[in-house]
Amino acid sequence: MKSAVIVFPASNCDRDAATALEEMTGKKAAMVWHQDSELPDVDLVVLPGGFSYGDYLRCGAMANQSKIMGAIKAHAAKGGAVLGICNGFQVLTESGLLPGALMRNAGLKFVCKPVSLRVEESQSSFTRKYEKGQTVTFPVAHGEGNYYADDETLNRLDGEGRVMFRYQDNPNGSARDIAGILNQKRNVLGLMPHPERVVDPLTGGTDGRKLFESLIEALS
Amino acid sequence: MTKITPELIREHGLSDEEYARIKGLLGRDANLVELGVFSVMWSEHCSYKSTRAHLKKLPTKAPWVIQGPGENAGVIDIGDGDACIFKMESHNHPSFIEPYQGAATGVGGIMRDVFTMGARPIAMMNALRFGEPEHPKTRHLVSGVVSGIGGYGNCMGVPTVGGEVNFHRSYNGNILVNAMCVGLARTDKIFLSAAKGAGNPVVYVGSKTGRDGIHGATMASAEFNEDSEEKRPTVQVGDPFTEKLLLEACLELMATDAIIAIQDMGAAGLTSSSAEMADKGGSGIELDLDKVPQREENMTAYEMLLSERQERMLAVLKPGREAEAEKIFRKWELDFAVIGVTTNTNRFIARHKGEIVADIPVTSLSDAAPVYERPFVKRAPAAGQPAYDSKKPVLDSLAKILAAPDMASRRWIWEQYDHSVMNDTVQPPGGDAAVVRVHGTRKALAITTDVTPRYCRPDPFEGGKQAVAEAWRNLTAVGATPLAVTDNLNYGNPQKPEIMWEIVAGIDGIGEACRALSFPVIGGNCSLYNETNGEGILPTPAIGGVGLIKDVTRQAGIGFKRDGDVIILIGETKGHLGQSVYLREIEGREEGGAPPVDLATEKKHGDFVRGVIEQGRVDTVHDLSDGGLLVAVAEMAIKGNIGADIGQASLADAIPFFFGEDQARYLIAAPFAEAEKIVAEARAAYIPVTELGKTGGSEIILNDKDRVALAKLRAAHEDWFPRFMGREEIPLTN
Repeated sequence: MKSAVIVFPASNCDRDAATALEEMTGKKAAMVWHQDSELPDVDLVVLPGGFSYGDYLRCGAMANQSKIMGAIKAHAAKGGAVLGICNGFQVLTESGLLPGALMRNAGLKFVCKPVSLRVEESQSSFTRKYEKGQTVTFPVAHGEGNYYADDETLNRLDGEGRVMFRYQDNPNGSARDIAGILNQKRNVLGLMPHPERVVDPLTGGTDGRKLFESLIEALS
Repeated sequence: MTKITPELIREHGLSDEEYARIKGLLGRDANLVELGVFSVMWSEHCSYKSTRAHLKKLPTKAPWVIQGPGENAGVIDIGDGDACIFKMESHNHPSFIEPYQGAATGVGGIMRDVFTMGARPIAMMNALRFGEPEHPKTRHLVSGVVSGIGGYGNCMGVPTVGGEVNFHRSYNGNILVNAMCVGLARTDKIFLSAAKGAGNPVVYVGSKTGRDGIHGATMASAEFNEDSEEKRPTVQVGDPFTEKLLLEACLELMATDAIIAIQDMGAAGLTSSSAEMADKGGSGIELDLDKVPQREENMTAYEMLLSERQERMLAVLKPGREAEAEKIFRKWELDFAVIGVTTNTNRFIARHKGEIVADIPVTSLSDAAPVYERPFVKRAPAAGQPAYDSKKPVLDSLAKILAAPDMASRRWIWEQYDHSVMNDTVQPPGGDAAVVRVHGTRKALAITTDVTPRYCRPDPFEGGKQAVAEAWRNLTAVGATPLAVTDNLNYGNPQKPEIMWEIVAGIDGIGEACRALSFPVIGGNCSLYNETNGEGILPTPAIGGVGLIKDVTRQAGIGFKRDGDVIILIGETKGHLGQSVYLREIEGREEGGAPPVDLATEKKHGDFVRGVIEQGRVDTVHDLSDGGLLVAVAEMAIKGNIGADIGQASLADAIPFFFGEDQARYLIAAPFAEAEKIVAEARAAYIPVTELGKTGGSEIILNDKDRVALAKLRAAHEDWFPRFMGREEIPLTN
């Protein structure tokens, strides 16, 4: 599996994503600058966590205007896999690649802690190595992870099996405890928790490895 | 031209004698710009005029020290060509006036100190002191400071991995916000601030200069009074996004060999960065202020030289490398301007609109700055075992202590900090020391900040020793070899002889401990005048310590890990209750002396404990400090969610045994066979060792009769902070 990590000026989980990808795939990820207009030939594009353009405006709003977004949208339209983690999820909702929006945490504070998640679907390139209903622990680290969508959208997400991860103990007020969702074509995943921070037993656990193993199996 | 009047001199925080000295150095009257420059450069904050003579006594050398005090941060060698660069610095005065921005810019400032030397910051710590919880401002200040630290550090993507928090009425009008940054570089890629050589371009990078933070350094060198609120405009506003760009751009430029010297613009802004670089390089500097990127129109030379606008750096480049450097900064969408040149005249010259607005000999801003041997008056240290009611039930007191403001879980705070970004946090907040892996290696750094201010008031000397000893012990308890410290000396007004004595004795105590423990001081910061309306803070010499773990798989944490482990106490329990948490929380008194620190014993016990961790024989260790033995057992049980059954092994009375704060002690938990060997080895080495009991169950049981459920202790320990801060239940939307 060949992968690329998008680097916005204030991305700060870009190195973490690249390290996890290299650890899992044995190959270096291409680091793609936000002002580039083309992607290299890759199977997976990762939009990493961080603060893209400082996020003084709405999270991800300015990132969505960046040059590289055209290429990412084209990659997704062709069925290419896109993984948005944390700020990356925010960028994906801003860009319309995923429905809904991420609002300020209901507790109004940044929250960083391991959270327990239920894997709701194993029918996807991102989760096929997990068991449906399995509980995993990933850390969250965000101030704006409170997922919102209207009831019709939420019903569709539920009905179409597109809610991939749900919080067991909701840390941010997300609608229906949603932690991560897929697009309709099931090739774009956005999630607030950080799978790339749980690939090493020494630094928090290994529950994220299966997400990468799933992608490797599906895309290689 | 503005006439320099006695009022103007005083407004600039200078004394008449100091101004007379300035006139002597210039050979004429100063103009207003020059007066402003001297005012900041000779401020306590920049010149260390009250402490410099005493700081010289601190040990600063060791074979592993690459750079001691005097640069932006200290540097140590951690092997394999890796260097660790770190420093702690205060942002006390601004944080009291404007807690969010004060704390945020404190974080930004200390990060710049570290990355200006070529290091990528990898961990942040903070040592915070607030007024008593009941004080009407305290919650506001806690909330603002914590979100300011988080807001800045989280955006930078540097994990905030720990720290300490105390509450005490002496900080009601002067909170302390000390931030520490630890970074990594290669030993052959360390950047210093000496602008050697003439004719080299001086470049300005980062944010545009505005009218913010003018005279921050002068404010930080004066006491507060009721009017301090009016000082709000002297507090700077942080922009972590720009700092992140500046970090990446600087590291990119540092990968080339274009830089001769580089320094961040912190306190006293453009003035201090340029003057210090010229001073260290033995050169001169000429600045053309018209070229300074400006955010506002019609800025005066005075404003530009004294602005403390954040997120700016000054670099001296090799001639001809400007275009290459500019390209990097433009890529990161930052301002870049050549604003001056180095000279061989040893003069600091600033031009504005074609006129020379300042012309000052460089050394008059540094070496010729006044140094005061301020008078001090010794107080006899307090001593003696205070009285206590020996009938008070031990486990009830334990539950109270675990929920006391100084002892309760800090989860409410550290869950607002991203502590796992960068994927190298091996031990997150909540242990004796944070452990952060050196990226891509098997090595790790252990990091801690420590001081026990309540020991420092009755006995500043022992208190200073204890702060260093506790930092050393905390690093040891995770299995690290302690390597060096940064000190952040927070005191009251040095012009009061009794305060000056606290400073002198504190520095002496720190020096003695650092020498005995081979734990040199490689950098630091002094924050004096922490007084409001004449009331000083408790002496608070915060120590930031860094240690090295050679094999990250061999380290210890505080949580119990298995049922049936034997709990071993290393060190002697005499039952010292003076200034203890027990006395304050249960008896309601702050009295008695600080616990004495025997440094040879510290070293012997610590080396033994570290040895068994390094040999991979032990993974559960906790140092004994605030609250004493029983609090340590409870913390280990709560963390590991495994109970303990222990007995009172010595002393006639239970209270001093369980709550005394004797130093040089550790708890170890290990499986039976290993524990027996450790006990035998300790005895053979003449180290006091006691088998206290064993782990297991879901209660703490004392002497086979008294018991308390772990769940109850945990609730008491975890609930205090969120309840204090006005527990908000998170409303769910469905």
